[in-house]
Amino acid sequence: MNFVFFLMVAVSMIVLTVVSPDSAFGVMLSGARKSIELALSLFAIYSIWLSVLEIMDKIGLNKQLNKMFKPINKRLFKGESDKSLEYISLNLSANLLGMGSAATPMGIKAIENMSDGSEKASDNMALLMVINATSIQLVPATVIGMRLAAGSASASDIILPSLIATAVSTVCGVILSKLCAAISRKFGRRNKLNNSPLSKSSNTLAIAAQKKSKAISCGTPLYPARGGDK
Amino acid sequence: MSKYILPVFIVGVIIVGFLKKVPVYDSFVSGVRQSMDLLISILPYFCTILIAVELFSLSGLNKYLEKLLEPVFTALGIPSQLCELLIIRPLSGNGSIALLQSLYLEHGADSYIARCASVIVGASETTFYIATVYFSTVKAHKLRYAIPVSLIASYIGAVVACVVCRYI
Repeated sequence: MNFVFFLMVAVSMIVLTVVSPDSAFGVMLSGARKSIELALSLFAIYSIWLSVLEIMDKIGLNKQLNKMFKPINKRLFKGESDKSLEYISLNLSANLLGMGSAATPMGIKAIENMSDGSEKASDNMALLMVINATSIQLVPATVIGMRLAAGSASASDIILPSLIATAVSTVCGVILSKLCAAISRKFGRRNKLNNSPLSKSSNTLAIAAQKKSKAISCGTPLYPARGGDK
Repeated sequence: MSKYILPVFIVGVIIVGFLKKVPVYDSFVSGVRQSMDLLISILPYFCTILIAVELFSLSGLNKYLEKLLEPVFTALGIPSQLCELLIIRPLSGNGSIALLQSLYLEHGADSYIARCASVIVGASETTFYIATVYFSTVKAHKLRYAIPVSLIASYIGAVVACVVCRYI
């Protein structure tokens, strides 16, 4: 993220300074202003979805959804706690139905639950992000609406192609992430074997213990204060 | 049909909640409070990424990148008119919707270009938005392979979209 950001800002700023130096600062300002506008509209959306989510949790709908997705999720997200799997299945079902705005707060909660406080994203966290980024929407309702408005004769004829494209991209994403996870595990193990043969197993034990304590305490503070963060 | 999913779902949840004696009012207050906390933790990331995206698209850098990547995309069977869309899609949701609209106006909503563009937008997501927002409340900021894998998979999806649109 650091590198991507640096590249984008540095190169664009250099180009802007050469082409039109007086607009450079204004462009940065307008980006910042847009973020406030967008964040406020997201606040409105998240307010509703997090409230609905809270009620869903209390009527036990989350557990039922979790049961539905469990056969797939257990295999994809190995070693996650039940609470995390619950949020993951909520996130996936919202995505399938094309409710992207609902999927985001649920995805954030899932990542929060999966986090063990480490600075590196775990393989499962990366996988969840990849599945979200490759989209698993069944019916692209927004796009169909736009096509209808633009005077299309058969606006919904993109449903099947979209389904095929999104299925291919998601399957590729899952396979690639599993591959990357396997590669990094292999290299990680080799490095650790050089140091001490036991460190790998003790490391996983420590993470498992952390996760357990996290799973127990996760009921109370949902978004803890972020002191000491860089 | 799909326009009924959302309202029916929300009404259903609220009614079942009320019947099961869930404090609906308190749940909403708590939901909004959580959303406020979320807003505060997301905003710094959001602002930063949007400054970068704005700089990127207004400096004309996206046009350079477009020219640079055009031979790659055409070699993969993607029409050159869609290069701009493919570059904007992972960066900005609103930007790609606006671009899609202008493609409809330019080529007609039922043209091959417009259909390809629709499938690409409908079958992908704003990758960088997801990368920033999903990880905004946890310490894990090293996403390792997540972003490149997402982008590669999305572009494979785009290639498939252009092939499929020829036949279906």
